[in-house]
Amino acid sequence: MKTGTDRVKRGMAEMQKGGVIMDVVNAEQAKIAEEAGAVAVMALERVPSDIRAAGGVARMADPRIMEEVMNAVSIPVMAKARIGHIVEARVLEAMGVDYIDESEVLTPADEEYHLNKRDYTVPFVCGCRDLGEALRRIGEGASMLRTKGEPGTGNIVEAVRHMRKVNAQVRKVSNMSEDELMTEAKLLGAPYELLLEIRSLGRLPVVNFAAGGVATPADAALMMELGADGVFVGSGIFKSENPAKFARAIVEATTHYQDYKLIAELSKELGTPMKGIEISSLAPEARMQERGW
Amino acid sequence: MIKIGVLGLQGAVREHVRSIESCGAEAIVIKKIEQLEEADGLIIPGGESTTMRRLIDKYDFMPKLKEFADSGKPMFGTCAGLILLAKQIVGYEEPHIGALNVKVERNSFGRQKESFEADLDIADVAEDFTAVFIRAPHIVEADENVEVLAKHEGRIVAAREGQFLGSSFHPELTDDHRLTQYFINMVKEAKKPLAKQ
Repeated sequence: MKTGTDRVKRGMAEMQKGGVIMDVVNAEQAKIAEEAGAVAVMALERVPSDIRAAGGVARMADPRIMEEVMNAVSIPVMAKARIGHIVEARVLEAMGVDYIDESEVLTPADEEYHLNKRDYTVPFVCGCRDLGEALRRIGEGASMLRTKGEPGTGNIVEAVRHMRKVNAQVRKVSNMSEDELMTEAKLLGAPYELLLEIRSLGRLPVVNFAAGGVATPADAALMMELGADGVFVGSGIFKSENPAKFARAIVEATTHYQDYKLIAELSKELGTPMKGIEISSLAPEARMQERGW
Repeated sequence: MIKIGVLGLQGAVREHVRSIESCGAEAIVIKKIEQLEEADGLIIPGGESTTMRRLIDKYDFMPKLKEFADSGKPMFGTCAGLILLAKQIVGYEEPHIGALNVKVERNSFGRQKESFEADLDIADVAEDFTAVFIRAPHIVEADENVEVLAKHEGRIVAAREGQFLGSSFHPELTDDHRLTQYFINMVKEAKKPLAKQ
């Protein structure tokens, strides 16, 4: 019997496909998310838009929040650790969190090195903006990917950019001849073996979700249309006027992302969505996606 | 050709499709109730059972799934699919489809860090089957008519009752398609009398 194998860690993410993972800050929100059909919840102290507003250093949440959420729901519970923060990740693993997000939403603890995620029994999800970044994270042992997008903005443009970029690069690599792959690996800064794997599979070897700016059911459906395996929704749901209704609408739009009449129905009278932030108005140092490499 | 439906509301749908196709059968991803009629057998995949149940209710799948079960066509539930197929669930008053006469317990091996791979001896299928268990349920009790196919450390992890097959683990996550083939053979058997009519 073996725990923490690639199949067990990546398989867990496969089970989440076609689903929505929602940010929650307490047990009550977690129950609303579960009831609405979320496949998992991300337990946080603050959602990204509040982290952005609060400023200062954002760290792993108070373990009591994770504990409360884990006791409240039967779906998997994820939590965020700072990039490169070995101990935060170990603490989350020891607590029995089901998946760790090594996340740029928190202030990085290490500007040079990400975690060696192979060392852990618990699986990790990491953000990426392009294929090189995606494959460096898989190389370090990430079992699931997500776009970085620009968290807490309610603006989908960066998530779209990152999803399109990764998928275009996957298509390119899939069509390359084997003798071009080493040079491509050098250009991408990615492990050669993973390029070989992509070329033979015709896709990434792990699940890739959309994240960072999903604010409406139509945004979630758009990301699925662009090839996301599922969707993370952060600030959107519990910053809306009717979280339960909003959460259900996002789940359904993700399942039936090409049923446009249904999405029209779902989008009716959802109340005012997040105000949103125009990306160009964010100073470069305020962009979370620039964290990590 | 034998057509196997895979309930495609959420979860590991693609992997089952790949496994079915590797066995030489046709796979249909079932997202709408009308599609159920085309299928000779149905696989309910792994995923999140609460999420799948919500979507099943939302799109009125439940009566059709029960009809499918009553029609005598084979059904195979893996992990969350086993929970949906079982007649009893520990801690819950009502089952979901309630077809396979077993009682299951959800997440009974623990949280994700306790998820594991183990080699199983599955009766009539394989003596050396690598099974992937992810936040898996197990069968706590099985009716006397249920054939226990595999156990792991004393716990029932695969069982069959007539046309219904269930496993705690995910046969679709490996390249070993023998359990999928076993189910396809069940579907072939079930189809025979119909073909004679």
